[in-house]
Amino acid sequence: MSSGAGGLEATIALRRGELEIDVELACPPGVTCVMGPSGSGKSTILAVIAGLARPDRGRVVLGGEVWLDLERSIEVAVHARRLSYMFQGLALFPHMTALANVEYGMHDLPRAERTPRARALLERLGVAHLAHRRPRTFSGGEAQRVALARAIARRPRLVLLDEPFSALDRELRVQLITLVRELVAELGVPLVHVTHSVAEARQLADQVIRIERGEIVARGAPAEVLAGVTALDD
Amino acid sequence: MNWAPLLLSLKVAVLAMVLALVAGTALAVVLDWRRLPGRELFYSIVVAPMILPPTVLGYYLLVALGTESALGRAWESVTGSTIVFSFTGAVIAAAVGSLPLVVRSVRIGLESVDPNLKNAARTLGAGPVRVLFTVVLPLAAPAIFAGAMLAFARSLGDYGITQMVAGQMIDGTETASIHVMNALYGGREEEARNMSIATTIVGVTLLYASNVVLHRFSKGVHV
Repeated sequence: MSSGAGGLEATIALRRGELEIDVELACPPGVTCVMGPSGSGKSTILAVIAGLARPDRGRVVLGGEVWLDLERSIEVAVHARRLSYMFQGLALFPHMTALANVEYGMHDLPRAERTPRARALLERLGVAHLAHRRPRTFSGGEAQRVALARAIARRPRLVLLDEPFSALDRELRVQLITLVRELVAELGVPLVHVTHSVAEARQLADQVIRIERGEIVARGAPAEVLAGVTALDD
Repeated sequence: MNWAPLLLSLKVAVLAMVLALVAGTALAVVLDWRRLPGRELFYSIVVAPMILPPTVLGYYLLVALGTESALGRAWESVTGSTIVFSFTGAVIAAAVGSLPLVVRSVRIGLESVDPNLKNAARTLGAGPVRVLFTVVLPLAAPAIFAGAMLAFARSLGDYGITQMVAGQMIDGTETASIHVMNALYGGREEEARNMSIATTIVGVTLLYASNVVLHRFSKGVHV
């Protein structure tokens, strides 16, 4: 399953009204949790890395492949960056079944391979019974699992998670975090996870980056960066 | 009762609806592009037929499609017949009159699609065309369908533009609305009444049926 891609390096400078971001990130394969209070620019950073937002100055490189370099007028289109992005609201396509949602990102695979692969992923995530159902019938936890299957099915070289587990209860969250760790380890790619939860970061992260008012204030292993921290100020 | 005017009106309305639906959806998609220069001015021009008097719109169409126009001459050299004062003219007249209704309806539908769904599709490797056809248009389908039904209803009842562009008779037949007017002024009140009632029954029945379909369709699409 491994599609190992090397690390992510990103330099982002952006000013939008009150928000001012000036950061340099280095995220090796494994899990990097980006933490900070609301409005500190975490989601905007993910959007720039994905190509959904344009910074004033910036450079985004994944495993030596330049996705964005405004100085050199390089800007790879969103759909050509091989990444997966799990949005806070999950953004499952409401008019498609779970199976069709998971197959959506497998467009480059031969048609005959898509369905068995998508079914296998749904099976692994414990939601095979939802294959022919539409998202409106899913529970919160089921929707998260289908969204996760869709994110992984694309065989991404980078995974971006924008607080996708925030609405879940603790038990479900722990289950999913364990699953994410497993899947990312198999893929061997960087995962950048925006979260408010200190517990989630401790469980999941290889590296924690703390951001305040658009600037990095601490980075390192969870044990160092989160020593003595129980909750983030909002 | 002479059913020919009503059948002609239904034929014109169906074809005008298809024409307005294709052109209106394409225009609404272009207008949905936020970086389009002069977007709101373009939109105002596209929906202007809604507020222009039918005679003014009919005049523009006569100038644009008449035998003196480049388009009219080209059409005549290819088909051997004119656009104006023909069945084709009646369809185009009704389509232009109903185009704003489709554009408005589809535009609202496109704007109601959650931007995160479009972004999700893009991050899953879909280019702009695939996003449009697999996510945006299917999710806007109820609004597109509603626009089509409005176009059909508007075309079925068109009088002014059709009379200006296609004349009183099309292949020896009047449309239902022209037939009502001619019967009334010709002292054939019973004919006018029968055609009015028949047109109303057909129009209301089709709109009711489409609303039922739309209701079921919407429930299937929206979460």
